[in-house]
Amino acid sequence: MKKVAMTGNVAVANAMRQINPDVCAAYPITPSTEIMQQFSTFVANGQVDTELVTVESEHSAMSACIGAAAAGGRVMNATSANGLALMWEMLYIAAGNRLPIVLSCVNRALSAPINIHCDHSDSMGARDSGWIQIYAENAQEAYDNTIQSVRIGEHPDLHLPVMSCMDGFIISHSIENLELLDDPQVRDFVGPYRGTTYPLLDVNNPVTYGALHLQDYYIESRRQLHEAHKRAKDIVVQVGKEYGKISGRSYGLFETYKMEDAEIGLVALNSAAGTAKVVVDEFRAKGVKAGLLKPRLFRPFPYLEIADALKGLKALCVLDRADSFGAAGGPLFIEVRSALYDLPKRPVTINKIFGLGGRDLGLDDLRKVFEELTTIVDKGPKSLYEYITVRE
Amino acid sequence: MAVLKLKELSKKPDLLTGGHRMCAGCGAPIVVRQVLMAIDEPVIISNATGCLEVATTIYPYTAWKLPWIHSAFENAAATISGVEAMYQSLKRQGKIPADQKIKFLAFGGDGGTYDIGLQALSGALERGHDFMYVCYDNGAYMNTGIQRSSATPFGADTTTSPAGKVLQGKAQKRKDLTKIALAHGVPFVAQASPHNWKDLMTKVQKAMSIEGPKFMNVIAPCNRGWRTQTNDAIELSRLAVNTCFWPLYEVANGVATVTYNPKKNRRPIAEWLKPQGRFKHLFKPENEWMLAKFQELVDDNWRSVVNMHNNSHPGETIDPEEGKTW
Repeated sequence: MKKVAMTGNVAVANAMRQINPDVCAAYPITPSTEIMQQFSTFVANGQVDTELVTVESEHSAMSACIGAAAAGGRVMNATSANGLALMWEMLYIAAGNRLPIVLSCVNRALSAPINIHCDHSDSMGARDSGWIQIYAENAQEAYDNTIQSVRIGEHPDLHLPVMSCMDGFIISHSIENLELLDDPQVRDFVGPYRGTTYPLLDVNNPVTYGALHLQDYYIESRRQLHEAHKRAKDIVVQVGKEYGKISGRSYGLFETYKMEDAEIGLVALNSAAGTAKVVVDEFRAKGVKAGLLKPRLFRPFPYLEIADALKGLKALCVLDRADSFGAAGGPLFIEVRSALYDLPKRPVTINKIFGLGGRDLGLDDLRKVFEELTTIVDKGPKSLYEYITVRE
Repeated sequence: MAVLKLKELSKKPDLLTGGHRMCAGCGAPIVVRQVLMAIDEPVIISNATGCLEVATTIYPYTAWKLPWIHSAFENAAATISGVEAMYQSLKRQGKIPADQKIKFLAFGGDGGTYDIGLQALSGALERGHDFMYVCYDNGAYMNTGIQRSSATPFGADTTTSPAGKVLQGKAQKRKDLTKIALAHGVPFVAQASPHNWKDLMTKVQKAMSIEGPKFMNVIAPCNRGWRTQTNDAIELSRLAVNTCFWPLYEVANGVATVTYNPKKNRRPIAEWLKPQGRFKHLFKPENEWMLAKFQELVDDNWRSVVNMHNNSHPGETIDPEEGKTW
């Protein structure tokens, strides 16, 4: 174990160095560029065995990853925003072919207008692609999640691609103190690659990938993907526990902060959860029973467990760093609110869209949200779904 | 290189098996079989979306007796570059035997190669992967129902460049993809035709002996799109070459060679156009200028190919006007 100070991007690049994937694709896009840039140095210095495919677009990046994973080896890549959008078609194809590619998604707003800063519109738009999605509050979690993603995706019961997300700039470019595992610890933890049952490179046992499935087979193939997602939850928990044994940091489906007796609460992904914790503490000091739930696994969405963790609340605000234009709330809100539906007694639930394109989320913004929550229990919400951190 | 003998070749297993569901008389599977027959090592194929892909792999069946992957339309070159990269990585790490030789091929139609797949092809050629891309060029998006591509010849009547009362088929000339591939400075680029199997297979053998990225453009008649008979794919390939519409040539390590000069077999382009329904309107009296323009485009292209040959072979020059006796 080594204590270091590094940015989220460099931490993830170091996780990749320790994982030592067989093939990586690299294509630059802010703010994820630094990951593959740093990793290229590891390749150039012979610190990894990786064959680096320096593609001409993100579409080709994911295409090369698909070819490489089907060939029979461990594959990783990183991107952001429009890069992820250009990969869109191939994200579904990676999942449909059950290839356990690990992609580091450094969350950034989608154009237009063009913007390079953080929001979750990129990964949220990919939420139905069949990928597992894991979110990180800080650089330590981004590092830890990267390593666990390999084990999760390659699990013989899953064989699913994994998107490991962290906030662009806020985490990717901020230097934090964190702990790196020793190289042999990571090597032993991820183990040898076992994610491709029928490798293309096994020329003596030829297989066909990507056959045409018509009305008579397509739905069965999608059903298998559906069933794999149902199995993922337990595996994420199991890998998170095992990781705790070597690192001292165990991971589950989500993190709860002062939720045991909480009456009002927030749900927030990624770095916003850090800000929320400070405000929870402030309200607790004032005698208000405030709490926070920070989802870690967003796909599959652990709706039963999340409903159970939120059932004691009287009022809840879900914070979304992405909009789902024209929907009944942001993407996280829609999931959480649906999860609460079967509770015999549900909290009053509202949604705030915040921080799009990197707009800062301040402590004051969340103080106002908590204050609102204390009033809506009796009065009911004045609006279900609205923007905050926005100029009116 | 092994000598190509029909008797020996006939003993080789068909890696694209019968019952593959391509249309009767399609040129594409003939091209694929000739390419595969010329290679002795194990082959892995990446196939762009298109006729060849959909027709040969209708789940739960596959016509391929070799490792094969289709992922999308525009990325056959990017996909095979990933497969090849994994091979290089695992071989270097000793995870697969050092003497395990594998050849990597990508197949795409002209839509998947000239148009939507051009960027991925360019990237893979530039990166220098050890693979060969084979474009089977039937001159339109045949799989979706004969829409014009940048490979569609001038004047052709397609469903998105229909010959109507005002417009007379495709207004533009073809993109010269073979020369675009050549401009990447790759060690081997060629054009071939299935009617001349010996020439095609010799080129494949030569390509396989060269390390690095290779590109081969092969004409593949489509009787649905060309509106011809199901038994004339080979004859129309021959005519395409003898009219100089489809010159047979290669550029190997910078040396350009015309591998077949029609000479006394040379024919006017009208003889290739006439049997094809897609060019019917070119033979209306008011469209005579289109025939003349088509001939001009063909002659210009032939001169430019011959010019490359002559620069490489100053002692064995070809007269580009030779055989033009009509």
